[in-house]
Amino acid sequence: MSKNKVLLTDPLDDNNPITVQVLGICSALAITVQLKAAIVMSLSVVAVMAASNVIVSILRNLIPNRIRIIVQLVVVASMVVLVDEVLRAYAYDVSKELSIFIGLIITNCIVMGRLEAFALGNGVWRSFLDGVGNAFGYGAILILVAFFRELLGSGNLLGVQVIPDSFYEMGYENNGMMLLSPMALITVGLIIWVQRSRNRKLIEKA
Amino acid sequence: MNRDSNSYTFIFATLMVLVVASVLAFTSQSLKDLQNDNIRKEKMQNILSTVGINVDREGAEDLYNKYIKEQLAVQSDGSTDNTVNVFRDVKLALELKKLPEDQNFPLYVAEIEEDKFYIVPIRGNGLWNAIFGYISIKEDLNTVKGVVFDHVGETAGLGAEITQDWFKERFVDEKLFDSDYNLMGIKVSKTNNDPSNLDKSDHEVDFISGATITCDGVTDMITERMNHYIPYFKSIKESETALAFSMSNIDSNIN
Repeated sequence: MSKNKVLLTDPLDDNNPITVQVLGICSALAITVQLKAAIVMSLSVVAVMAASNVIVSILRNLIPNRIRIIVQLVVVASMVVLVDEVLRAYAYDVSKELSIFIGLIITNCIVMGRLEAFALGNGVWRSFLDGVGNAFGYGAILILVAFFRELLGSGNLLGVQVIPDSFYEMGYENNGMMLLSPMALITVGLIIWVQRSRNRKLIEKA
Repeated sequence: MNRDSNSYTFIFATLMVLVVASVLAFTSQSLKDLQNDNIRKEKMQNILSTVGINVDREGAEDLYNKYIKEQLAVQSDGSTDNTVNVFRDVKLALELKKLPEDQNFPLYVAEIEEDKFYIVPIRGNGLWNAIFGYISIKEDLNTVKGVVFDHVGETAGLGAEITQDWFKERFVDEKLFDSDYNLMGIKVSKTNNDPSNLDKSDHEVDFISGATITCDGVTDMITERMNHYIPYFKSIKESETALAFSMSNIDSNIN
């Protein structure tokens, strides 16, 4: 059991896809302006990763070795199309906002990386946990970055104003820079800094 | 079974394609109604937003039916074709491919309390793909009440900014025609001398830096589309003056 638990907890900290492996950075920069979009994106990635990890794991003894990358791509791509269709039917506004980035989950290195490195060689349950764990690791950083960007950039959280009007009257201004992608990269950098100072294991030996 | 043989690989690939295709086709078909409904209501939302009514998607249909009194298919000679359901059947993307004589030009007429607005759908080309929107005109058939723009694939942060409120607000109260009712359009201009947009009759609004081709597309689509409505607008204006004239005749006869 503890061996399985590691699959879930490891990607949250020691082996986080974004802050440690530096995968999936481009979507982390692009859709973290608002918390809501980041949450939906994270949930979409959880769904895609869990489902495609499970499917590839079920098929792992059937997939011809020579076309395994193509098979993985087809699995991921069809999961992404499914998520996209569902969002367009049930969460139209969010799907417009995320637009191209849902499609780009296909090229998110985390997804293919986990399929190739884990699901092809492990059982269904373990692959499921691995997919969920990695997607949560990705989502946690996404949501954290979006939290700071929306709070400091537009004074809102989930679209609701949280910084009281009295602050603005005293001369407080929203930082427009937080809305631009460079600040997302800097925020990710700060998160990496905090994480490394707390977790000594991550620091490479000189 | 030898997993590395050619025949196995081919069979696997064929089966995979069949399964995936049928799953995706099934999902797409079963969700289609919901998706189209969203698109239809969004269109209502967009039309309403040009006349200053902002409503969420659920409430759009009721308000649309309340305020939009007429939906006309204007023809190039200025007449209207009442047999066409413009909201449902006229797709601007397809109309634009036809010759102007064969096109239906959709026109929505909104009546909000005492005020009447004419709403014209517009569509043209941006940098990467189509840009489109609606422009609503006040009863003088000249002053802009409001606009809404959307796009398929303009660059985020540059061309895609045409959807933002601060850009759309620049068009409010701008004039489309000069004093002799010649179409001037509204130029999204790099060399605009009026960046704070105080002069509302200069037929110009300020430009978005870095979005030259998208902004030119906005200018062009407004002029191109509005051009086709001139015969119809003139006929309204004439019937109004005729009405005013006959009214004044009646007045003088009574006196």
